[in-house]
Amino acid sequence: MQYLVSVIDDGTGRATPAEDAAIDVFNERLQAEGHWVFAGGLGAPVSATVIDNRGEETMVTDGPFVESKEYLAGFWIIEAADLDEALRLATEGSKACNRKIEVRPFLTA
Amino acid sequence: MSGTDVREAITRAHHEEWARVVASLTRRFGDLDIAEEAAAEAFATAVERWPADGVPPSPGAWLTTTASRKAIDRIRRENKRGGKQQEAQLLHDDDPPEPVGAIDDERLRLIFTCCHPALAIQTRVALTLRMVAGLTVPEIARAFLVQETTMERRITRAKAKIKTARIPYRVPSAEDLPARVSSVLAVLFLVFNEGYLATGPGTDPVRHELTAEAIRLTRLIRALMPDDGEVAGLLALMLLTEARRAARVSASGELVTLAEQDRGSWDVALIAEGHRLVRERLAARQVPGRYQILAAIAAVHTSAGDVRDTDWSQVVALYNQLVHLDPSPIIALNRAIAVAELDGPEVALAAVDRLQPRLAGYHSYHAARADLLRRLGRSQESRAAYDKAIDLAGNTAETATLTRRRGQLG
Repeated sequence: MQYLVSVIDDGTGRATPAEDAAIDVFNERLQAEGHWVFAGGLGAPVSATVIDNRGEETMVTDGPFVESKEYLAGFWIIEAADLDEALRLATEGSKACNRKIEVRPFLTA
Repeated sequence: MSGTDVREAITRAHHEEWARVVASLTRRFGDLDIAEEAAAEAFATAVERWPADGVPPSPGAWLTTTASRKAIDRIRRENKRGGKQQEAQLLHDDDPPEPVGAIDDERLRLIFTCCHPALAIQTRVALTLRMVAGLTVPEIARAFLVQETTMERRITRAKAKIKTARIPYRVPSAEDLPARVSSVLAVLFLVFNEGYLATGPGTDPVRHELTAEAIRLTRLIRALMPDDGEVAGLLALMLLTEARRAARVSASGELVTLAEQDRGSWDVALIAEGHRLVRERLAARQVPGRYQILAAIAAVHTSAGDVRDTDWSQVVALYNQLVHLDPSPIIALNRAIAVAELDGPEVALAAVDRLQPRLAGYHSYHAARADLLRRLGRSQESRAAYDKAIDLAGNTAETATLTRRRGQLG
């Protein structure tokens, strides 16, 4: 079972070197214990571009699709047996990156 | 067997077997929704068949077997429509019935799943009342004064989240257990309190069906986890509170304070049972949690045949212990109310006033102030505090008492 673990930033900006180091330790643990699928940090929302090609003409818009004080700063995709395990990992992840975190399941077939 | 006997047998089976049937079907089919629907259908079938066929020798086994057949029917129907993922589970069709011990464990799994902290507290309450207590959706909606469709949606969403996010169906690991048990107890306490001090203009001030349900579920948890001190504490607290129910609302529909209650109408059997549990916890010599301390406070009150015999120094000592454990301002308020009996209203008022920034929106804060100001002869200020308390109170009987008290001010 895979879960998307989103890192929510509310204006603190880029991670500090200490946070980066803690994230590295956490990532190594995820890999060692077989929970790691993928992870990455994202550029600030101002770097986003929205494309809408549902109509006749492609619309290109500068900026994120939703403006808000809180935004997605990065994410993990983890493998966990169930929500209890996912929440336990996310609890440590939140401590490591020093940010709020959202856990959401991927749909299974 | 008469029609009344059959009806009673069905009611009893519903009380005793509902959670077992839902729990064992959930484990077998891995789906709360299927389990709930099949259990409901099995009971409906019992209502139809038992009056004619007689009550089966083992109602629980009959209900589980019937519900399993209904569940398999549903899964077959759904498979015919395309989905094949349930097929494998049909292989378990010929499972022998579960031994009783294992099923007891499954009810515990059901409770922990329904009270999972990833669900909102109101959702946990609704789900527990539906899945474990077997209340119908309209009954739960009425209990919490929301529309039936709203309650239905809340329960449906919760079931979907449990499935999609894979909230596990098991008793939590030892490291998670204390936090998870406290989540379960919070749900039961909420159900009890809503029954004991019902909110809303259209309801009875005391909702016996909710307090009774909360006690029944807490007894079940107690039977399943006999060594847990907080479970025993919560059960004792509920029993010692429920024991005073008959004395709690006056003939004229006012809420009667502990000090003014007719202690002769307290339920001595419930008090004896509650005191027994409190003594058992004291003998265990473990550091008590908040429910055990609250139960001990209730035990001190219910030990006094007359309010003047109350051991207030013991009550305040217990509150001191509780404040240490739970810094909530409501606990501090109740402590101050006890302090008034020991050190006088002036000392208590100073303690209550310190809580103003955190409790200004809480009716009991203003009611406590009003009472202390009245005892100090400060009628003007007391009246203003009663006004605020009446404004904020949600319980009809409480409003009636506060209004009378305000009217009696000189």
